[in-house]
Amino acid sequence: MARFFIARPVMAIVISILFVLGGAIAAMSLPVEQYPNLAPPQIVLDGSYPGADAVTVGSVTPRSDGRVEVRFFLLDTVKQTQLAGFSYVVTPAQFRITAHQIADIIYEKLTCDVGVFSTRIAYIAKQGTRYELMVADSDGYNPQTIVTSTEPMLTPKWSPDGSRIAYVSLENKKPIIYVQSLATGQRQVLANFRGSNSAPSWAPDGNRLAVTLSRDGLSQIYLINADGSGVTRLMNSPGIDTEANFAPDGKSILFTSDRGGSPQIYRLTLGSGAVERMTFDGSYNVSPRHLPDGKGFIFVRRDGGRFNLAISDFATRQVQVLTQGADDESPSVAPNGKLILYASENGGRGILAAVSSDGRVKQRLTAAASDVREPAWGPLTK
Amino acid sequence: MNEPRSSSSTLMLCTTAALLVLLGGCQTTPKTETGVPVEERTPSTSSTTTTGSSAGGVSGSATASTTNPLKDPRSILSKRSVYFDFDRYEVKDEFKPLVEAHAKYLSGNKSARMTVQGNCDERGSREYNIALGQRRADQVKRMMALYGATDGQVETVSFGKEKPRNPGHDEGAWAENRRDDMVYAGE
Repeated sequence: MARFFIARPVMAIVISILFVLGGAIAAMSLPVEQYPNLAPPQIVLDGSYPGADAVTVGSVTPRSDGRVEVRFFLLDTVKQTQLAGFSYVVTPAQFRITAHQIADIIYEKLTCDVGVFSTRIAYIAKQGTRYELMVADSDGYNPQTIVTSTEPMLTPKWSPDGSRIAYVSLENKKPIIYVQSLATGQRQVLANFRGSNSAPSWAPDGNRLAVTLSRDGLSQIYLINADGSGVTRLMNSPGIDTEANFAPDGKSILFTSDRGGSPQIYRLTLGSGAVERMTFDGSYNVSPRHLPDGKGFIFVRRDGGRFNLAISDFATRQVQVLTQGADDESPSVAPNGKLILYASENGGRGILAAVSSDGRVKQRLTAAASDVREPAWGPLTK
Repeated sequence: MNEPRSSSSTLMLCTTAALLVLLGGCQTTPKTETGVPVEERTPSTSSTTTTGSSAGGVSGSATASTTNPLKDPRSILSKRSVYFDFDRYEVKDEFKPLVEAHAKYLSGNKSARMTVQGNCDERGSREYNIALGQRRADQVKRMMALYGATDGQVETVSFGKEKPRNPGHDEGAWAENRRDDMVYAGE
């Protein structure tokens, strides 16, 4: 058979050309669309999502080494463009932090604000007669006990770099301020003077704190180095001065004082020593906290026996009440200024809640059936 | 254009309409307990006051007694609490004889040391209440100084609203918790 074609090469070529032509003609009439798809998988977005301007698409793929590849894309459904796309190879234990990082990217791309999903919070939990200083993810998951005491603790405050927490403890039958390192668990006394030591507030540089001491006869505000040295008194007030809160630029502090007859919020300019009253409406305005952009502050006001969070704008002096609970207190502003974490009360137990800085979105955060208070939002993780 | 779709088992597609969720997860389960049991106790504001007792009579009983007057229930010195009005730190007239008696005891016993612990009711800012309780304690110390107690004998501290004697949430509980306690060293 082979010999036949070798002896007649021209005829072999003609036959092979006929085969090719026949195949080409047959291929054109094949029902290709009925064939199973053998092309590599790809995603085609088609369709509209009412009310949604963007959509995330992602995959979680196990790898042979036990790790997992997490991929996601953020797509603009209106412009039909990709806004972000990332791939992570993580261990299963890193799922939550990866999800928070993705949430931060999505939040940032859509709002042009910094996301705070990867940040942490601190708070005080009361379990029976035991008090615990806790640190958890910003949504309340992964709670870890930092300090346990049989006496009350209050006012946890993160250092600006997130490595330490200052807080007040009554464990020695009086308020004493401690600073605890989160990495080493080591703790040092920041202020233990005669009388009460309370209300720590970190300066933005992390080197100093403002504290309230009664060592000279009245509760007054002092500056103290982060190692407990170098105490200097800031003002000489005839009344109570407390609850200092540094401006983001470190050049002024807001504080609560009853020098005018009722507790109100004042601002001290550190360079000049000038003091200016900031709240006028009502007989009880306390607990000032700067917004991160320095343009206003959150505070607690009493109105008809109820305590609520309010926001005030430095430029317009306008005040907007943000919450409607009976006993809302201890506000702590998220590093992007968009959310305020605060302590509230439900059925005789302390709970944590969050409200957006425009007052429109409110959410309760506490899952555990314990009594929690004194929330403190940690800084951005760098 | 065709729509190739993959049903590969390793690929889990999740499409989420990324509506802005400000904070995820963490729902609060409804609390089943409706409240802390309220202890029925009447504030001992009136019982701490010995109406009409003069300071002279007090110091007399303190020196004449052979038992420790601080522990003797018949002595005014066994009373240790001063109560305050809401948001106030002035010592009310009814408690001035008590403060005076302790001041005179300190004056006559120079080795005695006392801590005045200021307390507040549960309403308002924790830190402001620390300062308010401190002011209440300072006010008692200031009055004691007028009757001869020295600065070194009296330390004033504040527990704010952190250590309520009465855990209730009504005016009766609050009145009991707006209080200075006078505690002698070694007690």
